[in-house]
Amino acid sequence: MQVSMKLEMKDTPGQLVSVLTPISQCGGNIIAVIHQRDQDSDSGVLDVQIVLDLPEGRLDDLVGQIKKRGVTITRIGKERLFLQRSLLMIGHIMHTDISDTVDQIDRTGFAEVAELSLVMPAISERSSARITLKTATAADMNSAVTLLRKVSEKKEILIVEPLEECG
Amino acid sequence: MRIAILGFGSVGRGVAQVVQEKDLGITVTGLADSRSGIMDPDGIDLQAALDRKAKTGFCGDRSTAPLDVVDGAEYDALVEVSPTRIEDGEPAITHIVHALSRGKHAVTSNKGPIALAHRRLHTLAASHGAQLRYEATVCGAIPVLHVLQHDLLGNQVKALHGVMNGTCNFILTRMEDEGLTYDQALAEAREMGYAEADPSYDVKGIDAALKLVILANTIWDLGVTLDDVEITGIDLITPDAIRLACERETTIRLIAEAIPEKGLLRVSPRIIPHGHPLLVEGTLNAVTLHTDLAGELTFIGKGAGSVETASAVIGDLLYIGEHHAGAH
Ligand SMILES: NC(=O)c1ccc[n+]([C@@H]2O[C@H](COP(=O)([O-])OP(=O)(O)OC[C@H]3O[C@@H](n4cnc5c(N)ncnc54)[C@H](OP(=O)(O)O)[C@@H]3O)[C@@H](O)[C@H]2O)c1
Repeated sequence: MQVSMKLEMKDTPGQLVSVLTPISQCGGNIIAVIHQRDQDSDSGVLDVQIVLDLPEGRLDDLVGQIKKRGVTITRIGKERLFLQRSLLMIGHIMHTDISDTVDQIDRTGFAEVAELSLVMPAISERSSARITLKTATAADMNSAVTLLRKVSEKKEILIVEPLEECG
Repeated sequence: MRIAILGFGSVGRGVAQVVQEKDLGITVTGLADSRSGIMDPDGIDLQAALDRKAKTGFCGDRSTAPLDVVDGAEYDALVEVSPTRIEDGEPAITHIVHALSRGKHAVTSNKGPIALAHRRLHTLAASHGAQLRYEATVCGAIPVLHVLQHDLLGNQVKALHGVMNGTCNFILTRMEDEGLTYDQALAEAREMGYAEADPSYDVKGIDAALKLVILANTIWDLGVTLDDVEITGIDLITPDAIRLACERETTIRLIAEAIPEKGLLRVSPRIIPHGHPLLVEGTLNAVTLHTDLAGELTFIGKGAGSVETASAVIGDLLYIGEHHAGAH
């Protein structure tokens, strides 16, 4: 998942590096480091914003490690899944355990179901749903859609995908 | 130019009507339907043939078989407009093979022979110095093959998307506009003459897939068949699903898609946004070509109809007449 953090640290040599080490220990990947060495440089405080890609479940560990090094975390943004795609599902959606379908997506760790609108007609008829998936990257989105298609095929649910234009 | 018309249904009669009404320099010297045929090197009286067909169900002489016309009539180009049979492409393949082997050009609206035997027929035509053209097989009146073969020279086509079946597009349009169920919209399509008694060929996406095969083999020479296309029809679409799509300013259309880079050949119902160039209404067809130089090009037009389809056939004939005159 993608995490952005605002850190406040002492403006002394080695402080930044001391933060970067636990990140890599937690299996994280740094996407961007933004220094804000602006205002009063006399204050001896350095503001840094870091954007990183972190394996699911490691955030608490990382936060602990960073705090241990005397660095203050002023903000954590888990603006993780910013790609969205809505698809339609048609079939016996309830009878084939919709919560299991949603679970299978959420359990991937890289995708989640952000919205589900279900319309149910008479009990024996096929129902229709709009499902919105969220992921961080396009590759993850394609994997999530492939998974949804696979799960739905077993349940004889038709998936209608958006037309993704190519360049 | 002298032509023989094989098949005197909607398209065959449309061709005859255009030839009769317009001074195009085309003479019909051979004509056949399923059970009769007629030949006249000086030109068949088309009005009489149309009247005879309407009255008796036969366009010609019952003792003359269709293949007799293909083999015996004096013509420059065969117009093969018999029904599409996806199982074996017959009798059209035999008709076209016989004509090409005589060194005659062939023009067809029949998807069967082109989807099933494109390479073989193409090679045969080349070896006899004859032309094989089939504009009418894909998207009716839209001259997409001509554009691809002649007007986009130097371009590489990266991908194509299209709405290639008017029946499906009509049904989905009616479901969206009126909230009809699939069955209601299909019944309406039948009433309007847009759907066959057995609509499965259209609504299950097979017709669109055949057109995709023809386009893919023409553009990229992929040598693919119907089995290579991933096909999903529209017969399971619900009005609720369309409504859910509309809430997001999108709708559903049956889209044929080819992206050779990704090995993708697919016909399936897809969500497309309102205002999208491929979002056409009713029985219209549309096709978008993604090219490296010209960018994206979208063509919209009638995908079927007697005279509309005849337009594509006539275009092919006149093209051959202009560029490959001195036929054998
Ligand atoms: N209609 C369109 O808008 C359209 C658009 C694009 C492509 N096409 C294609 O064009 C072709 C013709 O379509 P259509 O709508 O004109 O079909 P149609 O109305 O069913 O007419 C087919 C004609 O072919 C004749 N026929 C059947 N078997 C034959 C044989 N063995 N030899 C010679 N003629 C034979 C039929 O004879 P009888 O009259 O004796 O039954 C009939 O006259 C089809 O392949 C179709 O897929 C049609």
